[in-house]
Amino acid sequence: MAITDLTAMPLLKNITIDPANDAVVIDGVSKIFKKPRPLWGRSRKKAQENKQKREVRAVDNVSLTVKHREIVGILGANGSGKSTLIRMLSTLLIPDEGSVRIFGYDVVKDEYTVQRLINRVSVEASFFKKLSPMENLLYAARLYNMNGAEARKRIREILMRLGIKPDRIDAPLENMSRGMQQKVAIARAFLTSPILLLLDEPTTGLDPRSKIDVQNFVNELRDVHDATILITTHDMDEAEALCDRVAIIDKGRIVASGETEALKRTVTNLHGKTELVSMNEVFMHYTAAHLITEEDVERYGSWEKAFEAYEAEREEDEEENN
Amino acid sequence: MSSMIHQARASYAFFERNWNLTKRYWAWEVVWLFYNVVNALSITFIAQATPDLKPAQVNYMILYLLIGTSVWTYLSVTFDGVTDVINVERWEGTIEHTFMAPISRLTHMIGSCWYAIVHGLLFTALQLIVVVFFFHLDLSHANYLTVVCMLLLGSISFIGFGIATSVLPLLYTEKGMQMSLIVRAVILLVSGVYYPVTVLPGWMQPLSWLSPATYVLNGLRFGLLSGKELWSPEIWGNIWPLLITSAVSIPVGMGIFRMAERYAKRTGRLKRNG
Repeated sequence: MAITDLTAMPLLKNITIDPANDAVVIDGVSKIFKKPRPLWGRSRKKAQENKQKREVRAVDNVSLTVKHREIVGILGANGSGKSTLIRMLSTLLIPDEGSVRIFGYDVVKDEYTVQRLINRVSVEASFFKKLSPMENLLYAARLYNMNGAEARKRIREILMRLGIKPDRIDAPLENMSRGMQQKVAIARAFLTSPILLLLDEPTTGLDPRSKIDVQNFVNELRDVHDATILITTHDMDEAEALCDRVAIIDKGRIVASGETEALKRTVTNLHGKTELVSMNEVFMHYTAAHLITEEDVERYGSWEKAFEAYEAEREEDEEENN
Repeated sequence: MSSMIHQARASYAFFERNWNLTKRYWAWEVVWLFYNVVNALSITFIAQATPDLKPAQVNYMILYLLIGTSVWTYLSVTFDGVTDVINVERWEGTIEHTFMAPISRLTHMIGSCWYAIVHGLLFTALQLIVVVFFFHLDLSHANYLTVVCMLLLGSISFIGFGIATSVLPLLYTEKGMQMSLIVRAVILLVSGVYYPVTVLPGWMQPLSWLSPATYVLNGLRFGLLSGKELWSPEIWGNIWPLLITSAVSIPVGMGIFRMAERYAKRTGRLKRNG
């Protein structure tokens, strides 16, 4: 099933886009969050000491370029800065250092133009849960300048394409499973046919079949409608299946980037192995996750479970230090 | 032209969304209506219980308190509707999606506010019908044109206060909603909702000049109790301060909101969990 041609979208009228230019240019971007000061004052010495502890560099001097029609994955653990980066691209956060340009438009200075070019799927499916998928998506469609009749038709098309049954389209979202709600969130982003789609762990919580549905849809959006896609994920298989290139982010910094095959070859050579390593191993090599030992994998039953335990431990340590 | 159609569609999106939410939360509406009717009745019965009043004075007192309680309901529902621009979105977690939509903040506010006004008017009308039925009031002197004009003018100036107050839930995820109640409480205290502002201590009376509710209540009481016409000096004396508060409070409210939005985007406060 084809989706309406992107260039026909009224939202994109009067915006000049040169497809020869890079879709996304992130240049030395940093985002620093400050934790609130304690209510009662402390000594000057301690205050200075605590200043650095109160600052968290969620994104630290990141530079990345995404070409038009490229699908680029950002891989990172929880708290590595992926979502903060996506929020800055979505005009929801203002960078403290550096700049982000989308098709030549600055996300801060040209906020309104950028908003017409993008859409985003976040990891949590945020909706008015008492309203139906149709009511939620109709609201979103009108915000993006679609008329009611056209929107209703497209909403049904996209939802059914994503496997939502017709009788669920007008029923409250609160009665749907998390996976189904996430599909509706994905439909909301596809509905407006953005030329840059930002997907922040879009398939978390979806069953394998649904993951493939979404991946096919993402590919179609690029192939048929010239969209550029930036996706964050933990799922290495998904990254391999979807992405032309990936960037691995750890503690707010990009520690490696390139095509998945090239990264695998590099790590294989670094480890002196003959058989090509997996993306999990690549991820472990470039991030703090390399601290996970074979004993941990044995103890927790799988690498993923050992990684989750490691992340939980790291988050606990961070909280204690703060 | 295309941009205007877009902004009109977006404005309607908020109206339609809020109407859909009202329909889905219909039980809450019934509970609030019941609560407000009972509240209005219990306040209005104070007039009947006041000793040594002639029947005409009782009627005057009932109307005086009824106007107070009805206007307060109307302004509260409208004020809540405006501050809910942020509250509801915080509650549901949709705030980031609305803030990254390609619409102006003015469109966002207009869309939410015109629903708040319509909702407030319908809600108060229902409450009034029930209470008036209870007390068999003599409204033969009332000037309804004055009443409608004062209510609409009051709504506009109240919207500015609502927009400025909605920055509280924008900046303070957990406590902002409760903090916005403080603004409402102060307006209730100083605006002469249930008593003339002349009974307030001298230092407090200037605050009543800043509250649009003071002028709405004065105008409505002149219109309903004395049948004063829209162009009478008593009504004009309350219209021009309302026009000034409207002209000042809406741009100031929008300005405060824009500053708060920028601050929220700098500090990451738009994120769902604060």
